[in-house]
Amino acid sequence: MVALNAKVLRKRPPQTLKPVADLGRRAGECRGSAVIELDNVSYGYAGNALFSQLSLTLAPGSFHFLTGPSGAGKTTLLRLCYADLRAKRGKVRIFGEDAGALNRDAVAMSRRRIGVVHQDCQFLDHLSIAENIALPLTVSDRAHEAAGNLEELLNWVGLAPQAGQLPPELSGGERQRAALARAVIISPDVIIADEPTGNVDWEMSQRILSLLIELNKMGKTILIATHDLTMIRAAKSDVSARILRLKDGQLAQAGAEL
Amino acid sequence: MKPLLDLIVGNPLADRAVPQTGVTARLTVFVAAVMAFLAVIALAVSLTTNRVASLWADELAQSATLRLPADPATADALLLSALEVLETTPGISTVRALSQDEQQALLEPWFGPDLPLDALPVPQLIEIVADGEGYDADGLRARLEGQVPGAVLDDHTAWREPLLKAASRVRLIGWTVILLIGATVAAMITLAAQAALAGNVQVISVLRLVGATDTYIARAFVRRFTLRAGAGAIAGSILGVAVLSLMPKGDATGSLLLGVGFEGAEWLWPLFIPTLAAIVAFFATRAAAFRRLREQT
Repeated sequence: MVALNAKVLRKRPPQTLKPVADLGRRAGECRGSAVIELDNVSYGYAGNALFSQLSLTLAPGSFHFLTGPSGAGKTTLLRLCYADLRAKRGKVRIFGEDAGALNRDAVAMSRRRIGVVHQDCQFLDHLSIAENIALPLTVSDRAHEAAGNLEELLNWVGLAPQAGQLPPELSGGERQRAALARAVIISPDVIIADEPTGNVDWEMSQRILSLLIELNKMGKTILIATHDLTMIRAAKSDVSARILRLKDGQLAQAGAEL
Repeated sequence: MKPLLDLIVGNPLADRAVPQTGVTARLTVFVAAVMAFLAVIALAVSLTTNRVASLWADELAQSATLRLPADPATADALLLSALEVLETTPGISTVRALSQDEQQALLEPWFGPDLPLDALPVPQLIEIVADGEGYDADGLRARLEGQVPGAVLDDHTAWREPLLKAASRVRLIGWTVILLIGATVAAMITLAAQAALAGNVQVISVLRLVGATDTYIARAFVRRFTLRAGAGAIAGSILGVAVLSLMPKGDATGSLLLGVGFEGAEWLWPLFIPTLAAIVAFFATRAAAFRRLREQT
């Protein structure tokens, strides 16, 4: 892997699609001081509350780990953060906008400022890894920007030799790195990663973590859901991260015990 | 013009985002071709019926027949009186008593060629052709009643009105068939589009994750189905026109069965069928896609 040229992630042309109020702003320009804010949010499935009156603020450039036992609602919380779910009660603000009031196009626009890395990666299996990584630019009608950025990103995540391969042909670690490259190619303000090291060995998890730390140093806001405490401990020496623990429907600051 | 060009040319990168579905594609093209073929035939039948009915109605409207009593003793006198009445009636351009050979030819289909017409009391027929204005049929009947007793004027009203009504019904049926074909194409495309969308749930989910709008996602499906329906309809229309061009031509009397097809500018009508099929496919796919995308949050 090579160091990523910061220019790749910093340059952001004006939004070319339907303008939606505030969504075209940079992270630091949104209303208030948070890029994403959960204010007394409640959510549950089939009438069972997963969490209630939960609040969270992601400041621009911050680095957060979200931990908690399986089933605590980490993935649900992340999905609320990128408007994949709508809060039953309370407010979710994304770049200062009430996510509950965003129309479908506005949600799509907000996704262009939030890079998401899923645990299962979610690729289009009929497209090559290079095409998958370039997908955020393709759907934004900015495919012409892919040429230079893509090559550099592929080198950055160490996947240049695999550029033409299909996703099912890659290992778990390679898929995770490809998902990370896809998340950052459009230079988002926020990167949300759900168990990004869930399927990889320790060495690979360290490589992925170092990539995320590098992105944070470039000014990106990072939110990582993980139960990998080893990774959190390893990160503490390199980045000033807030560690949040979601348990029994409550979100609490953690860290001292780590 | 640019949106149309964009629709045809498309965005290769965007198109690649949605995988091709071979069976759905082939079925869409096939059904569109069959429907277009049927639409061309229905259109031809409708237009032909219209044309032949108009021809027949015009001919019947312009002509009438006067039938004189079959009484050999008074036949010549009645013929002279009738011709005098008819020639002095305004609105009649030509009057002609049918010859014995012509009358024999009329009866031949029923009685054969050896009918001894001169030995039988056959009524004398007089052909009447009206001018553009036409004549007063009721007034003529009144005069004939006084001067040519027993003469019967047949102005073909009894034939013409049912004929026109039947032709109108056939036209209506033709257009109804075309509308039903259009509705069937819309329903078929909707089902195919829904199947394609349902089979691409994961693709849609990934596209949404990376910031694709509903319009972007729908566009790939809409373009694909519009082009498939248009291409199928072009093939079906060409086949329909080819079949019609091989049909035997009708004669001057306007035989319906021999004359099914297009004439003159009517040959342009089939050009609209692929366009209409593409328009129907565009809106059907668009509606199906947006409905499905709204459901799949």
